[in-house]
Amino acid sequence: MELTTFWFAVIAFLWTGYFVLEGFDFGVGLLVPALSRNEAERKQVLGTIGPVWDGNEVWLITAVGAMFAAFPAWYAGLLSGFYLPIALVLVGLIVRGIGLEWRGKVHRPSNRAWCDLGIFVGSALPAFLWGAIFAHLLRGSMTAALVGGVFSLSLCVLHGAVFVALKASGPVRVRARRAAMTASVVALPAAVVALSAIPAGGEAFGRAATPWLWASALASVAALSAGTALTWRGRDGWAFAATASSVALGSAALFGTLWSAPLPGLTVAEAASGPYTLGMLTWIGLIALPFVLGYQIWSYWVFRKRLVAEPS
Amino acid sequence: MDALDLARWQFGVTTVYHFLFVPLTIGLGVFVAGLQTAWHRTGKEHYLRLTRFFGKIFLINFAMGVVTGIVQEFQFGMNWSEYSVFVGDVFGAPLALEALLAFFLESTFLGLWIFGWDKLPKRVHLATIWAAVIGSNLSAYFILAANAWMKHPVGYEVVDGKARMTDLWAVLTNSAALAQVPHVVGAAFVVAGGFVLAICGYQVLRERRAGQSTPARRGAGIWRTPMRAALVMTAIAGVVVAVSGDTSAKLLYEQQPMKLAAAEGLRHDTAGAPFSPVPGVEVPMLLSFLATNDPDAVVQGTEDLQARYAREFGPADYRPNLPVVFWSFRVMIVFGMATVALSVLGLWLTRRRRRDPDAPRAVPAWFARACLLALPLPTVAMISGWLLSEIGRQPWTVQGELLTAASVSPGVSLTEVAVSLAVFTALYGALALAEAVLIVRHVKTGPEPVSPAPPAPPSRDDEDAAARLQPSLMY
Ligand code: HDD
Ligand code: HEM
Ligand code: HEM
Repeated sequence: MELTTFWFAVIAFLWTGYFVLEGFDFGVGLLVPALSRNEAERKQVLGTIGPVWDGNEVWLITAVGAMFAAFPAWYAGLLSGFYLPIALVLVGLIVRGIGLEWRGKVHRPSNRAWCDLGIFVGSALPAFLWGAIFAHLLRGSMTAALVGGVFSLSLCVLHGAVFVALKASGPVRVRARRAAMTASVVALPAAVVALSAIPAGGEAFGRAATPWLWASALASVAALSAGTALTWRGRDGWAFAATASSVALGSAALFGTLWSAPLPGLTVAEAASGPYTLGMLTWIGLIALPFVLGYQIWSYWVFRKRLVAEPS
Repeated sequence: MDALDLARWQFGVTTVYHFLFVPLTIGLGVFVAGLQTAWHRTGKEHYLRLTRFFGKIFLINFAMGVVTGIVQEFQFGMNWSEYSVFVGDVFGAPLALEALLAFFLESTFLGLWIFGWDKLPKRVHLATIWAAVIGSNLSAYFILAANAWMKHPVGYEVVDGKARMTDLWAVLTNSAALAQVPHVVGAAFVVAGGFVLAICGYQVLRERRAGQSTPARRGAGIWRTPMRAALVMTAIAGVVVAVSGDTSAKLLYEQQPMKLAAAEGLRHDTAGAPFSPVPGVEVPMLLSFLATNDPDAVVQGTEDLQARYAREFGPADYRPNLPVVFWSFRVMIVFGMATVALSVLGLWLTRRRRRDPDAPRAVPAWFARACLLALPLPTVAMISGWLLSEIGRQPWTVQGELLTAASVSPGVSLTEVAVSLAVFTALYGALALAEAVLIVRHVKTGPEPVSPAPPAPPSRDDEDAAARLQPSLMY
């Protein structure tokens, strides 16, 4: 494969990893008020992402860093073009990270409530805005941005609820299943609208919708429906695999549509760094990535047990 | 004010802010890992208590480092899109490597450390904090290599108005980076050592005031060990900082003569140039000697350099803000080395008695009070160092290649930058206040007892009974 194609695929892979992993983090952050009735349960819900959320966020940092290195003009155009929405994403990531890390270290319940607010708002902002930003990029209208935002927000909630159902036990698990059902009422129709708009959006980028793009958008909707059905049946593990696949397939459709022209009027070839840089990064990336994946998977393995609410 | 000015302010504010937390992550991380290693080796309970005490401060600070760092990563594209397009091929590579090789390591293993106390074998758990610490230091290396390239671009050629990397190895072993990495990482250890020293000094004073200076505690009890460790750390790092700083100055002579001239306040090319520690006082030939090891060498001055640059690059003002560069150089050296001197003095004051090593000397009250200064002094020194480095580079973003005025995002409006600058400044201000209050409270609470087993310490700071069963580093 040609180097620019390969690096576009790498960046699509990194963004996809980010959407899948931090997608459920955001959902969990949004669901804390709905799933927990007391402090022990709040700790239980947040404990499901506690050890891993920062590692998940590094997928974003790596995706953006790789864009900077491999396609500087894409990186610069995307971030300066969506200046204020990106700034708001950053504000969200700031208050969320601080809330998550500090809530166990503050001294008063009132301050803990501030942290919880930060976690909620900080999860809502990026969960909504990433969808809005990419939808606006593809369709160029505020309506599209709104639909995209509602889609990504509800998808995160559903994905997060399924994750909590998988990782928690007791009443929280029961509530998480119910929350997943409720979220699917919004997420499924939004998915149909948003995902069917993705392949056609490619026309603005000089690319006709291919059957392959339609297939992955369709498969994404199907996986989401399957995830909902499996949650209903109580198959938590399979349900999570299904919602994760849905996010991944949707992201594949998105980047498939962006392929060859990631911004209007900018082709991948124009945006790309030189072959020397891409070649060096390929070697280092190929050597390092197995280790990174290895220890991240290991960390999920270490925390594989279901969490209980510590009795008071 | 135009968008360029505000973008510069925004970069300055957010980067200085990010760098308030970075040194503590780098230095305190090693400190905490060292304490946990001591506990692992000796099994003594007070090491565990100290690990958790400093570990919690480390984590409070780490969170701020992470969230402010993300802003940095995005800012190049948001505010400096022309810069990003020009340098991305070269500059993006170390940034991508930093994320892939360092940030994943740091964040994943820190998560394992925080939540793994009762899930991992003791030895593996100890290894996780060391892995995170290695990640922090590795990240410093990559980002500083990127920063050094802006001062002394190497391993590239300009093709179609963009820098193209030709030699990654040259970028990673840039002479400017090899001097800067030990200087900045050394400075981080001075800052972190000073921070620990200030906490220990405060605790010693408090125990004295509370009348707890029983004979057994004359040597300051539990605080003696971290205090000695911090003194050693600061003193050793001080030597590293001084040697690498001297190397940096010699490199400036070749690579950024304007910055050197501005730092010295030297206006005209001078053979056997004198050094003036403050305006009006001059030590003959010292500058020439410091910059080249040759007391008679010619050092270039700002006015003559200005004339030469105008001839080479076209008419413009190529001088940075001279007073800021001049004074930040002096503040860096004086405040920083004062901390190092304090730590050397402290090492002597708290040395063991030769006759009776089991009855350590008491920490004198005046010295404990002086230790409080070890918090602000090196922090101010470190920020001054960055002001010297970054403002001294102006008007260039990439020395000799790209002007700051040509780096800014053309499509971003004044309003957009103003709004985001206002929002980030307000948010950062509020968080700084909250962090200070949080750390002060935590220091006042002091180390919590750990009994009977480490995973379930009764934590005093949580009101909720439910919290009692959780290890104190978690939610
Ligand atoms: C000398 C060291 C140093 C310097 C000059 C910088 N940083 Fe930094 N950065 C670190 C040392 C560090 C660190 C020690 O690795 C941090 C601080 C706290 C932390 O969590 O990691 C970090 C965190 C951190 C993060 C979050 C990582 C995570 O989520 O784990 C990002 C994205 C950046 N930084 C990016 C930057 C950029 C783009 C900089 C340039 C303007 C920059 N940093 C300057
Ligand atoms: C190591 C990574 C760093 C990189 C890549 C970097 C890069 C930059 C860039 C691109 C700018 C804006 C363009 C310009 O004004 O030239 C800038 C300005 C600035 N930076 Fe850095 N910087 C780094 C670290 C730091 C740190 C750690 C500090 C302070 C703690 C700092 C302080 C400043 C200041 C004050 C400015 C504004 C200078 C001015 O415009 O007058 N920088 N830097
Ligand atoms: C003998 C003492 C010192 C000397 C001779 C010295 C020299 C220098 C020089 C020449 C630079 C500019 C390098 C450049 O821009 O390329 C610099 C930068 C810097 N200094 Fe120092 N310094 C000393 C002590 C300290 C101390 C004690 C600290 C902090 C505790 C410190 C922190 C910094 C920082 C953070 C920078 C910016 C990064 C860099 O450019 O390397 N310095 N120093």
